[in-house]
Amino acid sequence: MTVLSGEELAHQIEKKFPKSIIESSPECLVVDSGFLLGVAAYLKKTPRLDFDYLSAITAVDYLDYFEVIYQLTSLRRNHSLVVKTRCYRRDNPSLPSVVSLWRSADFQEREIYDLFGISFEGHPNLKRIVLWDGFQGHPLRKDYL
Amino acid sequence: MEVGELYSSEQLDEAEGEQIESLKARSQQPIPDPDEWLEGELKRNILLTSVDAMLDWARRSSLWPVFCFPACCAFEFMTTAASRFDISRFGMEIIRASPRQADLMITAGTLTWKMAPQVKRIYDQMAEPKWVIAMGACAISGGIFRSSYSVVPGYNRIIPVDVYVPGCPPRPEALLYGIRMLQQKIAKMSLVTRG
Repeated sequence: MTVLSGEELAHQIEKKFPKSIIESSPECLVVDSGFLLGVAAYLKKTPRLDFDYLSAITAVDYLDYFEVIYQLTSLRRNHSLVVKTRCYRRDNPSLPSVVSLWRSADFQEREIYDLFGISFEGHPNLKRIVLWDGFQGHPLRKDYL
Repeated sequence: MEVGELYSSEQLDEAEGEQIESLKARSQQPIPDPDEWLEGELKRNILLTSVDAMLDWARRSSLWPVFCFPACCAFEFMTTAASRFDISRFGMEIIRASPRQADLMITAGTLTWKMAPQVKRIYDQMAEPKWVIAMGACAISGGIFRSSYSVVPGYNRIIPVDVYVPGCPPRPEALLYGIRMLQQKIAKMSLVTRG
């Protein structure tokens, strides 16, 4: 499988969504969360990119911000890309949901909501998935004790 | 009739009839039961014991475990059940998928609070009398996950435990030793004390 360069894609995306890319490197793209849904739809629907499959979503707590990582794959074109986005709020952080584009995001966004407390706007059924209803806190946050 | 010879179905029937008649002629008296090595009291089948000893013997000799294997200790349990260690030597090779047919729960694995209500429910569905062996560090105390937000620190928080088998995981020998300990424990039970 070919790993697409985030740097090369960044120029292409910047043309359509100016100022949407915060950082880019050969390994990944960091997208401003305000543009996330637009960029994601572009990556999925542009015929040459054709990212029809979302392999995984995960998140990291860097204390200053949360980073959510999307691993995209095109089964038809056999290439992949890592897209990241950041969320700077610690109280009530929120990001747009990509369930409308990739159904596989459903459970994984719920898991991130469960363990990091990031709510995904537009998710059809955002509730805890691993822990139980009534659990206090979000255990994968660095400040969780 | 010789093999390879041409024969008719009548000839086949005749041969079969002869074989049956011959066996019947030789089998007019019953063959004596093989019991010549039994003598005295045993031959008249008289044994004297107490009801408790009899019941406890029956109970401990045929423990039926229920499926309750939430984590990795299950693999040691499978080894214990398989031919090398052979749990059937202790009368318990039938591992039941239904708690209603089981009287022993071997708790092989880490238990999370999310799973705990299900395990308690399985235990509650088992018919009395019933026993629990806590297998491995996690079952005893939560093990290395004891301080975790999601792990039950020992099965004895939710169900009563009869025997604790330490180890991470315990060797099959350890589990078998625990089972023998439980059998010794059952041997001391009385009908009156446990309802």
